[in-house]
Amino acid sequence: MDALAMLLAVPLAGAACLWLVGEREAAPEINAAASFLTLAAAAWLTAEVVSDGPFAAFHEQFFVDPLNVFLVALTAFVGFTTSLFSAPYMRNERDKGRMTPARLRLYHGMYQLFMLTMLLALTSNNMGILWVAMEAATLTTVLLVSVYRTPASLEAAWKYFILCGVGIAQALFGTILLYFAAERVLGAQGHALLWTHLDLVKHQLEPAIMSLAFVFLLVGYGTKVGLVPLHNWLPDAHAEGPTPISAVLSGLLLNVALYAVIRCKVLAEGALASHFAAHMMMAFGLVSTVTAAFFLSRQRDIKRMFAYSSIEHMGIMTFAFGMGGPIANFAGLLHMTVHSLVKSAIFFAVGHAAQKAGTQVMDEIRGLLRVSPRVGWGLMIGTLAILGMPPFGVFTSEFLILTTAMREQPWATPLLLLALGVAFAAIFGRVQPMVFGETTLGRLPYQPALAPVFVHLALALMLGLYIPPYLAAWYRQAARLLG
Amino acid sequence: MMYTLAIQLVNLFAAGMLLLAFAMLAQRRILTLIHLYALQGLALTASTVTVAWATGQAHLYESAAITFALKVVVLPWILHRLIRRLNVKWDVETLINIPSMMLVGIVLVVFAFNLALPISEFSRSIARGTLGIALACVLMSFLMMITRSKAVPQVIGFLSMENGLFFAATSATYGMPMVVELGIALDVLVGMVILGVFLFQIRERFDSLDIRHLEKLKDD
Repeated sequence: MDALAMLLAVPLAGAACLWLVGEREAAPEINAAASFLTLAAAAWLTAEVVSDGPFAAFHEQFFVDPLNVFLVALTAFVGFTTSLFSAPYMRNERDKGRMTPARLRLYHGMYQLFMLTMLLALTSNNMGILWVAMEAATLTTVLLVSVYRTPASLEAAWKYFILCGVGIAQALFGTILLYFAAERVLGAQGHALLWTHLDLVKHQLEPAIMSLAFVFLLVGYGTKVGLVPLHNWLPDAHAEGPTPISAVLSGLLLNVALYAVIRCKVLAEGALASHFAAHMMMAFGLVSTVTAAFFLSRQRDIKRMFAYSSIEHMGIMTFAFGMGGPIANFAGLLHMTVHSLVKSAIFFAVGHAAQKAGTQVMDEIRGLLRVSPRVGWGLMIGTLAILGMPPFGVFTSEFLILTTAMREQPWATPLLLLALGVAFAAIFGRVQPMVFGETTLGRLPYQPALAPVFVHLALALMLGLYIPPYLAAWYRQAARLLG
Repeated sequence: MMYTLAIQLVNLFAAGMLLLAFAMLAQRRILTLIHLYALQGLALTASTVTVAWATGQAHLYESAAITFALKVVVLPWILHRLIRRLNVKWDVETLINIPSMMLVGIVLVVFAFNLALPISEFSRSIARGTLGIALACVLMSFLMMITRSKAVPQVIGFLSMENGLFFAATSATYGMPMVVELGIALDVLVGMVILGVFLFQIRERFDSLDIRHLEKLKDD
């Protein structure tokens, strides 16, 4: 309980502190320190859950179980490494004149608030507060997407705001319907939106209402997951914002949105006798995977390309959670973890590469290895990892998902394989000339922080070769919760 | 007696909300649009108070107070300030084809009623007949956002969609739990402030609030 309070208090205090500190030289370090404390709180919370099991706190408004504590740990970890990466990156941006002092203050304050909203969404037991936190996560990042004030970034932020706002409004309607269904069983006020209570009575919820509620919730939160055809905001927001924000949007926010979807799916599955919710998720997931794979080869902007790759991977996860069952859920959770790690590592490397080249256009970035071998190798290895090459963790999870699909949904397997193949050809063909060959790049005043890139990739590699028993047990518990 | 009167009153206010949604769909002037939005907030407040009075649900009074403060006072005030500072107070938008938009609106209403019919049968709320109207308001605000090309009317469409959702919450159930309503109100308020900042950024960059400037990012 103390750990939970600390987890939510640290980012809040960090935001206030960074707002006061403003543009002073130490701001990036304070940001990193606050993120580190959040990580410590997450580790403490994890230890508590491992030793004492799931618990609810603060009048049951919050609760922690193996499913969300695993995402809390992942979120806090990637949040911390991103803050390390962000320090030299933002200093370079400042020296180039793209970040003014006022923008830096906004950036650091909002970074912490963004972490807070995600942690709140993950630990909240109240489906209404989950909605509020998801909407707040959009609000905290919309000004960060437009922080450079270029025409393209303003357009991206506007799209992000309006599309996610409209999408999340659908989720609110879904939440209202969910409350309506629950109130008939649990009584008005109080407990009717608490997930732990809903989970106990999910079989009694009115199926007609729940099926409609799930459609709205899936469309609403699915907009934030970036499911096709609701994905339009995602590539723009990723490409035009500062790279650390692209990394946390892709690596964390999409996960949190998918978390909201799977919590709703558990309730809908319980209420409906059919596999309606599962089929909806599989369809959305498959369409997203295939569409995004075909969009990949048409991209010129490197961050846009990897944004489409995120859509593809979120599609794969949505498909896996849609199939359900112990193996697919396990694989989905594993994929969530390795995708977050690898994708944020790629964005770190891409950020430095784009900074050196002074452009995000892939045709103008050449020969990274000549100038900075570590950035080049980071990008190359990260690309291989995200494309599902063994022995990285992405291979393990995709392999598990594909084999489960072969057994349970054989029709989907060729489509998934096709998408993976197309994605491989598109991304590898683009990245290879960027890394090797003659160079066009310059040097930067602040040395890039590359430790996060290789730590992330090493973890993804480890998860491919060997999943520690306690981690595997943890995934299994979470997978069991999902049914 | 009192009960039937309350039902009639709620239906009256609901009809008012629907009419206002149609009026907003067809309104070209930004200033009038803000007035219509405030009126819609007022209708929402009135219907919430009526439900609270008829059923004795005390927390609905608080909910109505929040609605009044936020949607009739604060948000219209922010919008007024915004259009004055942005110098778009007397702007008139060119809307093409208002009659056909009205027709689409009518189709949406029919669709919303059909969708809401099976659900409202489960409802025990005295306002259950109005769930269809709430859904229709949401869909019409959606239509308004799609058809507008200026930023401020789009924002008003967005806010009016939120009105419709709140109305759905009071008509299907007796309002969401207080903590959730407070959270939603906070989100809307913060969102409005951020949007205000954002509109200035757009104007500064493009010298206009026409969001047709914001359609350059495409996958070629």
